[in-house]
Amino acid sequence: MALTLDDVKRVAHLARIAVDEAEAQAVLDQLNGVFLLIAEMRAVDTRGVEPMSHALDVTQRLRADAVTEPDQHDLFQAVAPHVEDALYLVPKVIE
Amino acid sequence: MKWETVIGIETHAQLSTKSKIFSGAATAFGAAPNTQACAVDIALPGVLPVANREAVAKAVRFGLAVGASINRRSIFARKNYFYPDLPKGYQISQYETPIVQGGALAIFVDGAEKIVRLTRAHLEEDAGKSLHEGFHDFTGIDLNRAGTPLLEIVSEPDLRSAQEAVAYARGLHALVRWIDICDGNMQEGSFRCDANVSVRPAGSDTLGTRSEIKNLNSFRFLERAIEFEVRRQIEIIEDGGTIVQETRLYDAGRDETRSMRTKEDAHDYRYFPDPDLLPLSVEQAWVEEIRSAMPELPQAKRSAFVALGLSPYQAGVLTASRELAEYSAAAFAGAAAPAELANWITGALSARLNDEGLDITASRITPAQLRALAARISDGTLSGKMAREVFDAVWAGEGDPDAIIAKRGLKQISDSSELEKICDEVIAGNARQVEDYRSGKDKAFNSLVGQVMKATRGKANPQQVSEILKRRLAG
Amino acid sequence: MHNATISSLAAELASRRLSSVELTRHFLHRIKQLNERYNCFVTLDEARSLQQAQAADGLRAEGRAGPLTGIPLAQKDIFCARGWRTTCASKMLSNFVSPYDAHVVEQFNAAGAVILGKTNMDEFAMGSSNENSCFGPVRNPWKEDAVPGGSSGGSAVAVAARLAPGATATDTGGSIRQPAALTGICGLKPTYGVVSRYGMIAFASSLDQGGPMARTAGDLALMLNVMAGFDARDSTSLEREREDYTRGLGQSIRGMKVGLPREFFAEGASAAVTKAVDAAITELRKLGCETVEVSLPNMKLSVPVYYVLAPAEASSNLARYDGVRYGYRAPDYADLTDMYKKTRAQGFGAEVKRRILIGTYVLSHGYYDAYYIQAQKVRRLIARDFAEAFKACDVIMGPTSPTTAFRIGEKAGDPVQMYLSDIYTIAVNLAGLPGMSIPCGLDGDGLPVGLQIIGNYFAEARMLNVAHQYQQATDWHMRMPPGIQ
Repeated sequence: MALTLDDVKRVAHLARIAVDEAEAQAVLDQLNGVFLLIAEMRAVDTRGVEPMSHALDVTQRLRADAVTEPDQHDLFQAVAPHVEDALYLVPKVIE
Repeated sequence: MKWETVIGIETHAQLSTKSKIFSGAATAFGAAPNTQACAVDIALPGVLPVANREAVAKAVRFGLAVGASINRRSIFARKNYFYPDLPKGYQISQYETPIVQGGALAIFVDGAEKIVRLTRAHLEEDAGKSLHEGFHDFTGIDLNRAGTPLLEIVSEPDLRSAQEAVAYARGLHALVRWIDICDGNMQEGSFRCDANVSVRPAGSDTLGTRSEIKNLNSFRFLERAIEFEVRRQIEIIEDGGTIVQETRLYDAGRDETRSMRTKEDAHDYRYFPDPDLLPLSVEQAWVEEIRSAMPELPQAKRSAFVALGLSPYQAGVLTASRELAEYSAAAFAGAAAPAELANWITGALSARLNDEGLDITASRITPAQLRALAARISDGTLSGKMAREVFDAVWAGEGDPDAIIAKRGLKQISDSSELEKICDEVIAGNARQVEDYRSGKDKAFNSLVGQVMKATRGKANPQQVSEILKRRLAG
Repeated sequence: MHNATISSLAAELASRRLSSVELTRHFLHRIKQLNERYNCFVTLDEARSLQQAQAADGLRAEGRAGPLTGIPLAQKDIFCARGWRTTCASKMLSNFVSPYDAHVVEQFNAAGAVILGKTNMDEFAMGSSNENSCFGPVRNPWKEDAVPGGSSGGSAVAVAARLAPGATATDTGGSIRQPAALTGICGLKPTYGVVSRYGMIAFASSLDQGGPMARTAGDLALMLNVMAGFDARDSTSLEREREDYTRGLGQSIRGMKVGLPREFFAEGASAAVTKAVDAAITELRKLGCETVEVSLPNMKLSVPVYYVLAPAEASSNLARYDGVRYGYRAPDYADLTDMYKKTRAQGFGAEVKRRILIGTYVLSHGYYDAYYIQAQKVRRLIARDFAEAFKACDVIMGPTSPTTAFRIGEKAGDPVQMYLSDIYTIAVNLAGLPGMSIPCGLDGDGLPVGLQIIGNYFAEARMLNVAHQYQQATDWHMRMPPGIQ
């Protein structure tokens, strides 16, 4: 099952990456190559096998409820593209 | 055609922890922008989440309070979408395996109990805030709220009217405050409801297409929004149209819901288990530890009050909050007639608290004082009017009811021989009114009662006075 | 001086015959002379490095020096270091000065080590040739038109070209071991969870693991002693007792059982690689190791599984690069969505975008079960193969890479061919096992071949032991690239 140009455009939109027609076509060919490689895995019989999300079978450690982080917004915002009144600015969002 | 409304509610309750669900930043409301957004909250490259034990404990507490099952192992997943108030480009939530599954909440509508089933409750992180005012062409992003722990509580579509939806939301609100997992401050966004609303022909058992109304931050808005939405949907269907599944926003100013376009294309959330967070394990021993620290729940308290002789309605009102229930229980302890006392709490006391904008915990009359006051009514010492006077005096800080009664000489005259003597004197001194009464003028009787009350300076029991007068005048 | 190992430099520093400032100056001088040729460092800050060196000398004067105090090391540009530009070799982060230290950086700072500079890499650690860098490709000192491997190509070359005695690196599918093999040095990827990922910019969280690169197994052990350890800020960091990874280096390896997976020797590897690895196995037999054939029947599926799981995690991990809070933002855009799309289209390189698109696709509605869940199930089958194999042996060995260093540009146009260069390393990450690569020979063109050693969970000390013993008997790790003096 090969991907289509529409798949590439849909996925690029979901991932918020601009692609023009020519790029989409080039990416499509490469992705189809990769999915051909991946196809090998899809045929494997995995009935009864538990998916493995983590390398080790351990459970989550939890931390105590304590405030440990001081205000550092000046430092953090020194590398921000657009800040005013300590707010990160983005193009107007219309809801 | 007759229509049936079907509503399910998703509630986001901010869990009242000191620090965020996955970082050590503070969660206090109202801080200056981005001063409580640490490296993890703003998703700097390389940072990682570590879950807050207290947030998990509060979720378990909720699960136990609604009789749900607590999953021994639950999974944090990533919900992927782009939005400027979502710094990582995904929200850490629970998807396939939530921490709390099932459970139910009892609500009261028009005096009848209804059981609303819960689907699940899961832990997740709150997003930041987008500020649309104040910047030309820009939206400002404040990430202080990003990472605040949320418990998303999802009900089954069991609600059939806006009234039921409000009763459910109120019940849930009371419960999360009762068990101390959420401060319930709706204005600050600590408790927010989304309503999934659909309509179907009465008698049908298939669900209609629903719309999701977001961000209903008051019970009134919840009610209005649902009422509007139901009307809108019925109109569309009756005009031959179809309902589109969509997210809508309630506009309180216009009292209407409208479509939210910005969230429309983001429906493919690409959930997958968060590889940064291992499975969340909740051991039985921990559950038991949390269970043993639980306060008595509203349901149990309600039953206890009904057993004391209160009506189910009164019991419901007095268990609307843990503070009120605790006040009431303290007042009832050793009281001769708890039901009467309950009337004082729901009546005079509530009205006074309301007038002065006070919470029950700030009441100027203690449960013991209120109980003493009620006892003086029961034993005939105080008339209703006198009782109000004593109540006001206690409220004003003049001391305990008995001291005030003694100081002001507020003892009701209930000695009938004394009263009969005064009545005889009034009859003797008001021949014309007696004549008028006997010739059928009822008004004259009231005047005689008034004379007696005046003579006793209000200390007589008016009912007793009219009985004596009637008997004497008939003789 | 630059040809000395970390342990001998440490001895020099300890004897006060050498100061950290002198040592650091020496390396900085070499870097200035040679970096243009190899392009292995992307950020240098001489003043900062020398300040650290001075502080290290101060510690020593106060008698508070540890084993690595004063040793200058290169940091892969994937580790956040406070005050240092930290880019992941991406235009997206080309202006990002980190406000905080990664756990690994913190550990080295606490040990008194000196940061020499930040090393080049494949963008966001995605690549096997170090050609996917916004700073341009890194060149292999053994042959300058050849790639050094990737993604930790800059760190590997810094060590191979004697521009640093050791370097940090990360390995998601072979990014420590493959470049180590291609540049004739040693590299170790620890068991998943041994080195904290805090501050190590994420590629694929369930596979990423930091580790050391150096010229000897002994030096790897010294570095790992600093890097490994519990960190409460990483939920996947393991709470284990501290280990001294140097403790077993000198032990005899007589009787150690070396598993040789049939699949590693069947086909795929070049004749020169197979020959060098065979010779290494022969040498180990001489040292008393027993060899036993084992099988990893599902290993062939590791590349396809990896190219589902790693891109899936990456597509989500890299969603934070949106031009809002830090990093690159496109200069012109119509609205918010356009800003996102242009920022990410311009800020990411071709390979990163390709993997984000693959990952987004396999997680998207209707494909999740067929791709992502299936890949996780096969991942378990692969991990089980290793568990089975380790019932019969102590360590597993085979080639690190199917070929020696290939020409720059040779595989750049064919992602699948590039992906297959990690055929022997990826399974180790999927299972979460420790793996290392040490030099074991040269091919006909004089290019180095790497021997891969795979251990069971937490068997790093044992792997280092066998590697060290091999290095006591051979001198492949002492060979220098031509032109390096």
